Amino acid sequence: MAQTVFIGAGSGFAGDRTDAAGPVVDALMRCDGPRFLMFETLAERTLALAQLARRADPSRGYNQAIERFVAPVLARCLDANIRIVGNFGSANPPAAARLLAQAARRLGLRAPRIAYVEGDDLSGRLTPAELAARETGGRLLAGAPDIISANVYLGAGAIAEALDRGADIVVTGRVADSALALGPLMHAFGWKADDWDRLAAGTLAGHLLECGAQITGGYFADPGIKDVPRLAEVGYPILEVDAAGGMVVTKPPGSGGRVDRQTVVEQMLYEIHDPAAYLAPDVVLDLGDVTVTELGADRVQVTGARGKPAPETLKATVCVDGGVLGEAEISYAGVNAAGRAQLAAGIVLERMRQRAPSLAIRVDAIGVTSVLGSAGVIPDIHSSPNTDVRLRFAAQAADAADVTLLLDEVEALYCAGPAGGAGVRRHTTARLASASCLIERRYAETRVVMLEDAA
Amino acid sequence: MTVLLRDIATARSGDKGNRLNIAVVCRDPRHYDALARQLTAARVAAVFAARQPSAVMRYDLPKLAAFNFVLDDVLEGGVNASLGLDGHGKSLSFLLLDIPIEIDAHEPRLAHGSQHQTV
Repeated sequence: MAQTVFIGAGSGFAGDRTDAAGPVVDALMRCDGPRFLMFETLAERTLALAQLARRADPSRGYNQAIERFVAPVLARCLDANIRIVGNFGSANPPAAARLLAQAARRLGLRAPRIAYVEGDDLSGRLTPAELAARETGGRLLAGAPDIISANVYLGAGAIAEALDRGADIVVTGRVADSALALGPLMHAFGWKADDWDRLAAGTLAGHLLECGAQITGGYFADPGIKDVPRLAEVGYPILEVDAAGGMVVTKPPGSGGRVDRQTVVEQMLYEIHDPAAYLAPDVVLDLGDVTVTELGADRVQVTGARGKPAPETLKATVCVDGGVLGEAEISYAGVNAAGRAQLAAGIVLERMRQRAPSLAIRVDAIGVTSVLGSAGVIPDIHSSPNTDVRLRFAAQAADAADVTLLLDEVEALYCAGPAGGAGVRRHTTARLASASCLIERRYAETRVVMLEDAA
Repeated sequence: MTVLLRDIATARSGDKGNRLNIAVVCRDPRHYDALARQLTAARVAAVFAARQPSAVMRYDLPKLAAFNFVLDDVLEGGVNASLGLDGHGKSLSFLLLDIPIEIDAHEPRLAHGSQHQTV
């Protein structure tokens, strides 16, 4: 059995850097033991948008950046037997798997064994009313609106199975983010599905990796008080996990960023509710006995994860139409910018009270140098005079026409508002509203398919 | 003596729907007791009074020298519903870091600055 398993993070969200995985793979190539590279690219909104894309075109609905994430490292991963696990299948894992097979061919590489995981998509398995009956913490689904997407968070078992069957690449849709690391660990160490402490350790490993650079100095720097060396070249994390579930957090040698007690504990508690009961599909993780020890430069040991039996139900995210968000901005700068901005805000709100009295409007006042700077010059933010206000107006409605009224009023300030109104930008965004449901496990019909076996 | 929370601790915001969590991590574990006494859930709720939290919970993690605060219904509906620019609440930890904390003379005064060595 393996002594140490190495897992690197290639991305921490859908919009992450596509060149981050390169240095991680270079570092993994020098490690001795089973090695994995995980890509986390799937947020609630990302998945719902993917579902809409798949509806419009059945060959779409996966992460459009998948090739940009994987192609730069695929040759090295296949050569060095670094196996890739990613949730970039979004709403269409089979299509994503086929795309990766094509990418390998185009790059002239050997054909990778690609597995995809299905079963997270609940469409057709539960009616809107049945989903509504399982909603927790809200009543968004009570009126049985049109469901855009309903996906249950699958666990790590299917990923482990795919790796057991020899997959070089495992493509999933919605799985618990932490499962992207737990699956490889269950595979490499043979951890059983009721070995709660080890499953908890693997879940913690995944949680530490799932946001990429957030554990190596990203989302951390505060100049003068929390400095991060060479943040522009921040290295993404690598975990070294042992068979007992202890782990060391590190990053590629020579990369920017920092790994120490502070960065690790901040990320350990990121998006956590009760630290004694972090609910995952495979286990309930208890962080109460976890200890964090700095072993040396950019090496931090994490031990003591405790596990309790997996929850009886699985969490699902259900997305419905959320109407339209409208935003419009206008700037006032120079002497008496504040007075002119205040006047402008009053005018817009007064006119909207007459034209759309029930529309809730938010006004933000943004300001350092929104209009008086020059192209190619980074503004000196510290010493800028406080004479710049960029007003931002926002409203949301089921009908786009209602928010358009607001955007029109802001634009009309050019000619009919206070002096010097500048730089109007207006934008509408279709919104998705999401609800959480607790679903009985029998509705998650998890299935692992090897692409070569799929017709 | 009085210091600001940011002098002795770091903080990070995270979101789940309309729920915000803020992890507060002591820079020096010797400040844990001072924060345990003073950084109460009620005090954190007062900092966020404008957002009208429906509940504020504090979870203590002495082995990590950290606390986890969970604030319900403070994200104006969360990332899918808020009219604000920061529906995730990512900026909100910095509201908390500005509050004053009393520390005893025998406790380390400032744990300021990076103790991290570049290699």
